[in-house]
Amino acid sequence: MKATVLKIAMAAGLMAGVATGAMAQQKNVTIGVSIPAATHGWTGGVVYHAQETAKQLEKGYPGLKVIVKTSPDGAAQANALDDLTSQKIDALVVLPFNSDELTNPVREVKRRGTFITVVDRGLKDPSIQDIYVAGNNPEFGRVAGKYFVDNLKQGNVVVFRGIPTVIDEERVTNFEKALEGSGVKVIDKQYANWNRDDAFKVMQDFLSKHPKIDAVWASDDDMALGVMEAIRQAKREDIKFVLGGAGMKDMIKKVMDGDKMIPANVSYPPSMISTAMGVTAAHFYTNAPMRGTYTLNAQLITKDNAKEHYFPNSPF
Amino acid sequence: MTETVLRTGAEKRRFTLDMRALSPFVALIALVIAGALINPDFLTASNLLNVVTRSAFIAIIAVGATFVIAGGGLDLSVGSMAALTAGVMILTLNNLGGGDMGTLALGMLAAIALSAACGLANGLVVTFGRIEPFIVTLGTMGIFRSLVIWLAAGGTITMRNFELRELYRPVYFGSVFGIPVPIIAFLVVAAIGALILYRTSFGRHVVALGSNEDVARYSGVPIWRVRTLTYIIQGICVGIAVLVYVPRLGSATPTTGLLWELQAITAVVIGGTALKGGIGRIWGTVVGAVILELVANIMVLSNFVSEFLVGAVQGAIIIVAMLLQRSVHRGR
Repeated sequence: MKATVLKIAMAAGLMAGVATGAMAQQKNVTIGVSIPAATHGWTGGVVYHAQETAKQLEKGYPGLKVIVKTSPDGAAQANALDDLTSQKIDALVVLPFNSDELTNPVREVKRRGTFITVVDRGLKDPSIQDIYVAGNNPEFGRVAGKYFVDNLKQGNVVVFRGIPTVIDEERVTNFEKALEGSGVKVIDKQYANWNRDDAFKVMQDFLSKHPKIDAVWASDDDMALGVMEAIRQAKREDIKFVLGGAGMKDMIKKVMDGDKMIPANVSYPPSMISTAMGVTAAHFYTNAPMRGTYTLNAQLITKDNAKEHYFPNSPF
Repeated sequence: MTETVLRTGAEKRRFTLDMRALSPFVALIALVIAGALINPDFLTASNLLNVVTRSAFIAIIAVGATFVIAGGGLDLSVGSMAALTAGVMILTLNNLGGGDMGTLALGMLAAIALSAACGLANGLVVTFGRIEPFIVTLGTMGIFRSLVIWLAAGGTITMRNFELRELYRPVYFGSVFGIPVPIIAFLVVAAIGALILYRTSFGRHVVALGSNEDVARYSGVPIWRVRTLTYIIQGICVGIAVLVYVPRLGSATPTTGLLWELQAITAVVIGGTALKGGIGRIWGTVVGAVILELVANIMVLSNFVSEFLVGAVQGAIIIVAMLLQRSVHRGR
C-alpha cells in the first residue's frame, strides 16, 4: 500500500518535472524550543546557543522551522507551551523550569502527538519524553574531586556550595566521595548561592578562619571569580589553585592562557540545548534511531582542550 | 503645677529616647562579645575591617532608606536599582574606552545621574500617581531588574579596560590612614544624612510627614516635594553605594543586589527607625547594617553550625538581638 503511494508520487513527480520533484522531497517540520529566559549566566548561555543552533539547523535542513521561546518563570513557560502548540509544532525541545510545575503541561503537548525532547531538568514522569539530554551532576563532582586528588594529592580544601538544590547536593556528595582515602581534606563548606558577591564574602571569612588553605573548590565560575578577588585582597600565598565549573568564557580564557591559579575547569555546557535540538532535527531528517537518553560527560577542561570550549561571542 | 508635670514628662521622654537610640549599639557590643567567644580569629583587625567594609553598600543604601521610611514611604526597588546602575556605569566606562581619571569621573557621574533619576521616577509615581509605595517600587524593582538582565543578555557586564580597573580598584580595596575607603564613604554619607535629617527644616518635614500626613499638610509642609525628595535621596544613596561596589569585582550580573532591599529595610528597623514612619535614626541604621554583616560573618567563623542551618541561626540571632534592645530601653 505504502509502496504504491510512493510509486504514484514518484511518477507524478517525474511527470511534473524537476521543480515539483524537489518540492516532494522537501519536508516541512516545525520544532518549538521552550527555555528559561536569561536570568543568570548559565541560562544566558542556553538562550545564546539555542538561537545560534536554530539558525544553523534551518540552514542545514531545508523546510525546517525552529521557534525559540524564552520564559521568565514556570507558569509563563506553561503558557509558552500553549502558544507553541497552537503554532502546530511537530516537536518540542524543552528545558523545564522545574519538574513539578511543567510535567503536566508537557504531557498535554505530548497528547497531540508531538515529539518531545527534554533537556537538563527531568520531568516527574519520564515516559512523556522521547529523548532526554542531560548534563551529569554526580560526574561533575567526581571529575572535580579526582582533579584535586591527582593534582593536590595532599592538603586542605574549602568548598563553595551553590543554592540548596538536588543539583548542588549531587555535585558535593560525589566530590567528597572522590576524595575519600586520599590526603585531600575538606576543612570547610558554605553556601554562596552561585553568586560572586556572596562567594567573595565567604572567602574573606574562610581566609580569616583558616591560616592554611591549599586549594579551593568554588564549583562554579561566578563563585570562583569572587573567591579570586578575596584571595588577591588578602595577599595570601598558600592557595595553590581555584577550581570553578560550568565553563564560563572568561574562565576558559584563563585556562587557555595558562593562568596558574586557574589551571582547569569542569564543563557543564549550556550548549547541551544544541545537542538536544540537533538530535531532534536528525530524528525527522535521517533514518538513524534517535530515541533515548543522552548523558553528556562532565569534562575536565585543561590547557590542551580549552579551545573546544571557548565561545567568545556567548554572553556566558 | 501644670508646668512641673509638663517638664518632668519631657525629661522622662528624652531619657527614654536616648536609651532607644543607644540600644542598637548595645546589641552590637553583645554580638562582638559573642563573636569573640565563638572564634578568637573574629577579633583580628583584618576580619573586623573586612566585615565593616562589606557592610558599606547596605549601610549607604540604608541611610537613604531611613529618609524614605521615616517619611512614611518604602522603597523595594533599591537592589534592582543598584544592579541597573552598576550595569549602566560599567557599560558607559567600556564605551568611553579610556583608562584615565576623566573617564572614571564621567562613569561615576552617569551612575549618580541614573540612580537619582530612578529615585525621581519612584517619587513622582508615588506622589502624583497616589499609589501605595509598596506597589510602585515593587513594579520598578521588576523593571530595573529586567533592564539589567536585558543589557547583560543574561550574562555578565564586566569592565573591559584593565588599566581603568586597576585605577578604580583602591576605591574598594584602598585605605586612608589605615581606614578602608568604603568605611570612610559610609561614615561621610551617614554624617551628611544625619545633618540633613536632624538639622534642617527639610529633615523635620520628613519626620512630620511620616508621623501624620494630614497634620503636616495643615502645618504647611510641602508634602509632594518632601516625599519626592526622600526618594531622590534614596536614589543618590544607591548611586554612591554602586560607586563603591563596582571596583570590588568590576562586574555586574543579573544577581547583583538581589535582596539588598530587604537587608536595607532590616538595617533601618534594627537601627530603631519606625517602619510606620515618624522616627528616623541615621546612626542606628548604620549600626544595623554592620550588625547584619557581623551575624553572617560569625556564622561562617563558627565551627558548630552546619551550613544547612546558617539561615535559621542567623534569623534567631537577629530576633534575640532585637529582644535584647527592647529589654534595655524598657528596663532603663
